[in-house]
Amino acid sequence: MKIFAPFQKKKNENIATEVFSASRRDFLKVGGLLTGGLVLGVSFFSCNEKGKKIVSIAPNVYLQIGSDGKVTIVAHRSEMGQGIRTSLPLIVADELGADWNTVRIVQAEGDEKKYGNQNTDGSFSIRQFYKPMREAGAVARLLLIRAAAQRWKVPAEECDTEKGQVVHKGSGKKLNFGELVEAAKSLPVPAVSEIKLKDNSKFNMIGKETPIVDLHDIITGKAVFGIDAVTDGMKIAVIKRCPVVGGAVKSFDDTKARAIPGVIKVIAIKGPGLPATLSKPLSGVAVIAENTWAAIKARDLLEVEWDLGPNAGYDSAKQIETLKQEVTKNGTVRRKRGNFQAAKAAAKKVIDHTYVAPYLAHATLEPPAALAVVKNDSCEIWACTQNPQGAREAVAEALAFQVDKVKVNVTLLGGAFGRKSKPDFIVEAALLAKESGFPVKVQWTREDDIHHDYFHALSVQRIVATIDNQNKLSGWDHHIAYPSISATEDSAVVQPSDGELGLGATDFPYDVPAINVETHDAKAHLRIGWLRSVRNIPQAFAAATMMDEVAEARGMDPVSNALELLGEDRNITFNDELVKTTYPNYGEDIASYPWEIARMKEVIRRVAKESGWGKDLPKGSGLGFAAHKSFLTYVACVVEVMVDTNNKITIPNVYYAVDCGLAVNVDRIRSQFEGGAQFSASLALKSMITVKNGQVEQNNFDGYQIIRMPESPGQIHVHIVESTAKPTGIGEPPVPPFTPALCNAIYKATGKRIYTLPIDMNA
Amino acid sequence: MVFAECGNPTFYCATFKRNIMAKYSIQVNGKKHEVDVLEDMPLLWVLRDVIGLKGTKFGCGKALCGACTVHLNDDAIRSCSYPISSVGDARITTIEGLSEDGDHPLQQAWEKFVVPQCGYCQTGQIMNAAALLKRNAHPSGQEIEQTMQGNLCRCGTYNRIKAAISAVAGTSSSASK
Repeated sequence: MKIFAPFQKKKNENIATEVFSASRRDFLKVGGLLTGGLVLGVSFFSCNEKGKKIVSIAPNVYLQIGSDGKVTIVAHRSEMGQGIRTSLPLIVADELGADWNTVRIVQAEGDEKKYGNQNTDGSFSIRQFYKPMREAGAVARLLLIRAAAQRWKVPAEECDTEKGQVVHKGSGKKLNFGELVEAAKSLPVPAVSEIKLKDNSKFNMIGKETPIVDLHDIITGKAVFGIDAVTDGMKIAVIKRCPVVGGAVKSFDDTKARAIPGVIKVIAIKGPGLPATLSKPLSGVAVIAENTWAAIKARDLLEVEWDLGPNAGYDSAKQIETLKQEVTKNGTVRRKRGNFQAAKAAAKKVIDHTYVAPYLAHATLEPPAALAVVKNDSCEIWACTQNPQGAREAVAEALAFQVDKVKVNVTLLGGAFGRKSKPDFIVEAALLAKESGFPVKVQWTREDDIHHDYFHALSVQRIVATIDNQNKLSGWDHHIAYPSISATEDSAVVQPSDGELGLGATDFPYDVPAINVETHDAKAHLRIGWLRSVRNIPQAFAAATMMDEVAEARGMDPVSNALELLGEDRNITFNDELVKTTYPNYGEDIASYPWEIARMKEVIRRVAKESGWGKDLPKGSGLGFAAHKSFLTYVACVVEVMVDTNNKITIPNVYYAVDCGLAVNVDRIRSQFEGGAQFSASLALKSMITVKNGQVEQNNFDGYQIIRMPESPGQIHVHIVESTAKPTGIGEPPVPPFTPALCNAIYKATGKRIYTLPIDMNA
Repeated sequence: MVFAECGNPTFYCATFKRNIMAKYSIQVNGKKHEVDVLEDMPLLWVLRDVIGLKGTKFGCGKALCGACTVHLNDDAIRSCSYPISSVGDARITTIEGLSEDGDHPLQQAWEKFVVPQCGYCQTGQIMNAAALLKRNAHPSGQEIEQTMQGNLCRCGTYNRIKAAISAVAGTSSSASK
């Protein structure tokens, strides 16, 4: 299904932009736009390297300037805390010269024809839309300037925009945007080739700090999340789902459940069996009630007999033991450079370790929730979804409705991290609304969320590093085993995909003469999905902690070791060494977004400088280093740790250096890194999902823990490299390097190496 | 079964036995509300489902995350685990009633430090911090951490939460902003 391919884009295509007048009736149906005024749509089309149009893509962005001068910008990406409802519109507003205080943001519904791909995933919103957003703003600016210039009978070149007005430089004459809208509407829309983008020095907002647009609503409790959606006559559904993936309801007794006042209906939901899929609900029994409490109580009183299916005997601890054996064998070669066996035979030192990381749950603080209203052959949804179009298609398929009869309204998302790109909970609401005849909101409890997530998969890796007689790192042999995300759609898949390996395994950047990456079979027994930075988490953990051991074995400082092993400044592709594939590069053409060694070295030097790398620390303290590129963004991280005599870990300081190209909203970059460090600290120190008898053993935040304030990293220092390069991802790149940097710091402080997550100092 | 093992056993066992509807008159944000609900219905669901105050959030249902924090008189409570039958004539304050127009000193500090990311946990964070400052206007950094440890933030805004509270309390902060 195309909606579930977060890292795939066709190769050798560039996205070009076309701005058009959308002041036509059919475009005014765009959600939340008022009628009238100047409405511009920005459409994207893919083109070949020479700029020749290949395929038209639907318009993605709408911008309206009302006759009152107010600017409305449609946000077509989902807001989940990354600040995208602020950061994309501010790009338009800055280029346009709008008065930000009067800009209104409206959220787009899920509609591919109107907005193109809206799947907010893979840290690519700013990467993909920075330039089109600027072009949209620039076209609108030029239109308004031309309208003003005509009225004043002056050359357009003498005019500019500023705070919602067109200004004539010579005379100082000013006109508000609103006064020019009618005239601007009658002018032909300039082609993108006619516009000149602002010089970066003229930016008022880009590269600076803009508070999020939802800030006041959030702190006053007015912000509307998926859980807050309401409609007349709405009932609440809470579902008892089969505790084992692939199982199904055999029979159920709802006598006790129905005795709870407020219970209206009990309805069974048929599941897909296996594969569990990335879009369909699990098999279960739903209680529909007047309120959430009655539904929760009644759900807990349901007596369900399950056919638990083929995963009923699954034990995650046993699978880890099996995979530990697997990774000692020969696997499937995925990357090969030089001759590792020869390097090993000639080695002076061989370092050989196995790394284990557990299943993780997303545990978004807002549990999944969705409201569905079904009338005849149409359905309207309100949901906290990262992927409204995917939800729309999945609902249409489940209800056997036409896709254009399904409308998906996007609320704010109370955290997402990849979980809310799956529409299973939205389909549940749609099915129950159709079946019951009521508007139904499905509410997941925390237990539902922990038990039935699309989990970040457990992993076992083995890395063998060899040091030769010249004290060089001569060989790197990386063995990998984990259930693939692909297995959720196809149960026969037992090996990682090229996309998953391209997240920190096959793109190991160090210039080592012999590199071998091999994968091993690992069957999936849960629904496997993607969690913030995905496979970069375990792959960076293993590689960057092993690099620390390599430095030690060579008698080198870890920072100097990394800088030396990265080799000459150059761009690398991995392509000659990958088996039957090319480097996925997060969906981008490697020529447009090269892997630049010089940029990686720069963030490493910067973090060393900012952290005071090499400084003396008291006994029990240590600094650890790791560098990791992901989502096209270069990140280096130094963690300072203190471990007391009771093995209590404190993290007083975290230092990041980041090169994400041009920084758009500096405050939100910083906040993503602050949060990324905390997110990584949770998985490094606290979080673990285990499975016995096919069932998740943790229930709530007591069993599945995330970090709390007292133990969270203290000061998080974020240093952003000044750059005019194309902007790249921010949401995910902070996560991968923190955990290995922490592990390396713990080694420095205590002499203990960490090979298993979460960290257990007493193991 | 997994479900039977969840949460606080005493509270949960009690809930299974009592399926009685009852009428309550409660005072929320200075206004009286008459509700007719299950007598073990947690205050959270009375606020959200019955009265329609959505600023108080559901995060765990077991008093583990703090997203549902409101004030009972001057104390912070976890409304997800506080049955309506125990409220009596206490004054309930939710985020909607904390200030006239979001101008409580903590809300102002939250704006200044641009604390929220997704924002879901923040109303509970603010309510817990407001109760802390009511009983101790100048908490130390450690006291802030001790109090706020009951409130989870999955986005990881802890540093800014601490900075915002410290700014209002007039005590030093170790946050990065």
